[in-house]
Amino acid sequence: MREKLVVALAAVAALLLAYNLYHIFLVLPDEASQGFIYRIIFFHVPAGIVGMIGFFVALTFSVLYLSGGDFRYDSLAASIVEVSVMFSVVNLVTGSIWARVIWGVWWTWDYRLTSQLVCVLIFAGYLMMRRAIDEPTQRARLSAALTIFGCVDVVIVWKSIEWFRNNHPGPVLDFRTGGGKMDPAMTHSLMLNFVGLLLVATALALVRTRQESAAREIDSLRRAAHV
Amino acid sequence: MDARNFTFMFYGFLAAWLIVLLYVVSLARRSARLRKELEDVKQLVATAPENRV
Repeated sequence: MREKLVVALAAVAALLLAYNLYHIFLVLPDEASQGFIYRIIFFHVPAGIVGMIGFFVALTFSVLYLSGGDFRYDSLAASIVEVSVMFSVVNLVTGSIWARVIWGVWWTWDYRLTSQLVCVLIFAGYLMMRRAIDEPTQRARLSAALTIFGCVDVVIVWKSIEWFRNNHPGPVLDFRTGGGKMDPAMTHSLMLNFVGLLLVATALALVRTRQESAAREIDSLRRAAHV
Repeated sequence: MDARNFTFMFYGFLAAWLIVLLYVVSLARRSARLRKELEDVKQLVATAPENRV
């Protein structure tokens, strides 16, 4: 059942992203001041938002684990954090390439960039910590605590472009500005890519959760057999 | 500027898909390893009582 759902999600995402690639390259015009390069926004922004949503979903599962002690919630949180880290890295790398053309540098210690880098480092640390702790309860508890801590930085990443003015542009999406900053056709393509990447992230998180369940099963069999 | 613009946009798209692809490959490898490990442990558990007696 889960495998069929993963295949269905991946298929819908592939269709959506393929249609949107056609739209991005062949229908939308170049941006007036940036030219062709602005098209990176269609992956840079959705990847960042998918990562942030993932961290908050992981936060929810972490709190559920802390309140009930059910290891399934811990597995879900860990799976989602891993996928979110991957999308946050996509966000950082595409942003860096974009910055090279527009700002003339690969990296600058801007509030948005720095807080996002810190976010990736915190959650990469979370993944490394999970591999280092063998005892499941201790691992799950510390992971949940670190997720809560890490999500404070996610809020800073989200709000940094409103709180501070730096190299990184301010908010452009309609739901943050109330509209008027971005052409509706571009917003439409950006949102379609967001949905496509969200479906990809969901499919990957489902696969990863299945792996966590298998790892738990292996662990319990080993404990039962004392091998 | 336009050619450079296009090249960097290509790098951006390539990097994004490459990162996703590498992650999918790592997931597939981990799945295969876990499947094998699960089978090995199940086999070990099944044969363990005979070995102990």
